[in-house]
Formats: sequence, C-alpha cells, structure tokens
Amino acid sequence: MIRIAQLSCGSEYSGIQKEIERAAETVGAKLVYPEVSLEDILNVENTFGVSVSSGDLNLAMARAVRIVQNPDLADAVIVMTCFRCAEAAIIRSEIRKFIHEHSKIPVLSYSFTERTTAETLLTRMEALVTTVKFRGLLAREKQTGLTAGIDSGSTTTKSVVMRDNAVIGTGWVPTTEVLKSAEDAFEGALKMAGVAKEEIAGIGVTGYGRFLVGKHINAKLIQEEITVNSKGAVFLADCQKGSATVIDIGGMDNKAISVQDGIPGGFTMGGICAGASGRFLELAARRLGIDITELGKLALKGDYRNVAMNSYCYVFGTQSLVNSLSLGCKPEDVAMAACHSVAEQVYEQQLQEVEVKEPVIMVGGTSLIEGLPKAMEELLQVKVIVPKYAQYIGAVGAALLVSGLLED
Amino acid sequence: MAKVIVYPPTSMILSDLVERMGHKALVVPEAVRNLVTANNIQSPPLNVTPEGPKKGLRYAAVDVPSGVRGRMSLIGPIIEESEAAIIVEDPGWLTGCSGCSRTNELVRLLIRTKGVPVLDLSYPTNDAEAKVFVQKIKAFLGGLK
Repeated sequence: MIRIAQLSCGSEYSGIQKEIERAAETVGAKLVYPEVSLEDILNVENTFGVSVSSGDLNLAMARAVRIVQNPDLADAVIVMTCFRCAEAAIIRSEIRKFIHEHSKIPVLSYSFTERTTAETLLTRMEALVTTVKFRGLLAREKQTGLTAGIDSGSTTTKSVVMRDNAVIGTGWVPTTEVLKSAEDAFEGALKMAGVAKEEIAGIGVTGYGRFLVGKHINAKLIQEEITVNSKGAVFLADCQKGSATVIDIGGMDNKAISVQDGIPGGFTMGGICAGASGRFLELAARRLGIDITELGKLALKGDYRNVAMNSYCYVFGTQSLVNSLSLGCKPEDVAMAACHSVAEQVYEQQLQEVEVKEPVIMVGGTSLIEGLPKAMEELLQVKVIVPKYAQYIGAVGAALLVSGLLED
Repeated sequence: MAKVIVYPPTSMILSDLVERMGHKALVVPEAVRNLVTANNIQSPPLNVTPEGPKKGLRYAAVDVPSGVRGRMSLIGPIIEESEAAIIVEDPGWLTGCSGCSRTNELVRLLIRTKGVPVLDLSYPTNDAEAKVFVQKIKAFLGGLK
C-alpha cells in the first residue's frame, strides 16, 4: 500500500480530515503522520530554516525534516493548509520546495476550505499514487503496436489512434452525453486512421469521464489527467529527458505540472475560476463576434496594455472588455487583453506552486489560441512550446501508456 | 463558582489551577470531548465536521481561513460562556496552543472585548517567577464570586 505523509494545518478543524482519508482510501493509499519529538519542533528553525507563530505549521515543517532524513517513512507527501492563510501559504510552498530539493519523494500541495471533498482531492491523490506505483510505466518513451486513447474532458472529448509511435487518426467532439461523445470521437479517430475497432490492441482513457467511459469500452488503462498529460506533452514536444513544465488551461480547470524525465514531480490543479479558463476566451470571442479559432490570430496583432482590465472575473472581466470596446478600443487589443488576463491569472495563482523549468510546454485546446502562449511567454520570459496535436495531449498520453501495459 | 476561560485555551496547567480554586475552567479539550463522545462520530479524530467552520462564521468572516473558523466553533462558545479570564502572554508550546496563531489572536481579542475581569500574566521563566505566577492566579480566582 502506498503511504502518503500528510503534512497539514487546519484540516481537522476545517472538518475535512475524513474527506482526505476517503480520497486516500479510494486510490489505495494510506495516510501516515511521521513521528516527531517536541525537540524537533522547537529546533525547526535550525533544521528547516524558519519557525512561525502557528504551532501546527511548525509541526508540519518538523515532519518534512523527518521525511527528508528518513525517506523510507513515506512514498509520497501531501502538504495541505487553509485557503486564504498567508502564513500557511508561505510555509506550504517552502515545505514543498524543501522536500523537492532534498529528496526524490513526489509532493502535492493544496489549499482547502470546509467545502473540499474527497472528489476534489481524488484526481490529485490518484496522480500522486500513480507516480509512485507506476514509475516504470511512466518512464516509457515509445508507443508500440496499434492502440487508442480517449480524453473525456469537461468541454471536449478527444481521441487518437496510434501505430508504432505515430498518431494516425484523431477525433474531436464537444462533450455532451459523455458516452456518446466518447464513441463519436473514437469513431472519428478510427475512420481517419482507416482501422476497425476490433484491430485496436488496447484503449487508454483519461479525463473527467474516464471511469464511465473506461468501463463502457472495457479500457485497459483508466488514468487521471496529470500523469497522462505529462506523458503526452513531453512525448509530442520531444522533451522526454530532463525537466519540463506542462501548462494545460482547460475548459473547466487548469493544470501546471513540473515534469522530470516524463514523470510529474510537483503539480497544481485548479479550479481557480472560470475567468482563468477556456470558457472566458470563448465568451470574449463571442463578444467580439468571431469564432474561437480566430481569437488567437487576432490577439497576436493587439496590445493588452491598451485595454483597462479591472478584474479577472468571468463576469466583471468580460464587463471590462465590453467597456473597452464601447470606448473605442480595437478588437485586436481586446482579444489580446482577454488572453493576457487568463495567462496572468494562471501565472499568479498556479505557477507559483510549481518549479517552472524550461522547456515550457502548453497543451490542450486553448494552447491553439495563439495569443495565450504568447501572453504566457511574456509573463514567464521564456519560449513556450506548443507541440503538434497539442489538443490531443491526453489521448496521446493514454495511447502511449496503454501500449506499455500490453507489453507487460 | 465562576466560569473562567484560560489562554492558551488548551492549557492543562491553567485549567488545573482554576479547578483547584473551586471554579469551572473553560477549555478546548472539554469542548472536543463533548464532540468525540457524541453518539455520532462523523469526522475523526476531533469530530469537527464541515458544519464547524460555518458555525465559526459567528466569530469571523467568510474570508477568514476555514481552520480558524473551525477552531472558533469550539472556542467561541466558551468565550461567550466565560465570566472571567486568565491570559498568559508568550506561553510557548509547552503550555498548549490552538495550533493556529490567527486563532490565538482572535481568541485574545474576543476575551478582552467581552468585558469580563481579565488577569494578564507573563509566562514564568524561573522558580521565583513561577511562585509569583501561581500566587497572582490564586489571588485573582479568590476574588471571583
């Protein structure tokens, strides 16, 4: 059983400890709490580098030190503190960095509220367990045979068919009925590849609808998006060795993943708000009277600084865009302002949680909106790679990983 | 007999002194005991459920972290019930704490704004100070009805 060390402050008093345990149990993991002495807590400044006024945070730091000194105590670490606590936010980030720098143990950090449920934590925990359990499979660099992948996302469903390390068919449909959308996308990929369903040796499924779809089509691999997308991203960007950062701004949530040799090291997944998602860009395109596929090219001609954005919010941010248009701002400036707003919010609220190491790979459908990678490049001051088939990243990762299972 | 809240609200030393002087000590462990001995254990180990932070909204706004509000759902009612208070400044970890510094600050504020008699003390650092510490508590508690 995978042992996840829980280093936290406030989870019992927020009433969510049971939810954390339920999520761990669902993914076949057990939560552990490394023993520390009072001396360890009193000396935390000497061993960790800082002590703070909150006792539970000092306890979490002392436990981090203990794990680094005795890596056999846990297979993975989850660092959790209350949302909106400044002291905890600083220490949560420092604990993650400390463990990352001093050990090879995968770390996940998360800020919770009383509304955090096991379901919210499930994908994150599943990814944490997968990185420990299937390290060998995740190290796989080549797809072999004839396999398929389906990414049942919140907004769109994508599918690919791969043969001997190459994508030979793709399918893409908006997600409506989960099963029907998956079947349609898969059908599209099969048709383009010119192969029959029966010829496919194995199917891997990821995304929100993975459990339902996976069961329905008898998938050999049902896997969360963090590990699958990491794999797909480094495969398509040809960055399988060394470090990389994967940014996926999705229709409903965003992922920022720090990858080492194709395996996720640290990651964040939000949920920040609709203002930092593909939905915001869809709304901006609609308001500009253009198709979403035209927004990116239009944005490349614009300058976000000509538009006063007063809010990141889906509603109030859109209001800023509308006001700018009524004041005579150019549509291209408004398009770029929308892209910059999304990128900036992800940069401010998510990328602080992971080590941003080059190359930076942007994936998912939003990465094809050219203004968005450009805005991210400006914010990060590094070149952003958008690989071919960027929107099929999850499906490609699933097709690649399932081929490894077939060989095993 | 007076109901006396102590700060830190988990201090067993202070609680013991209050009880020895014939008063009722209001402390967090008792509030937790009430929760965990309830018939329905919903959320071990403390049995604070997501309802706790919502109850804590009585003492802190929604933008205050859930952990603070959850703690306040236990400590807040004790403050409301209190008729006197003993506050020890800079007590250190050994005396007990709520685990959260923001909660500690809010607890001290609410005790002071309640307007009950408060004994302010510094944590003793040697035997002589400890004797004075106990004597002051004894005198304070002796003066309560």
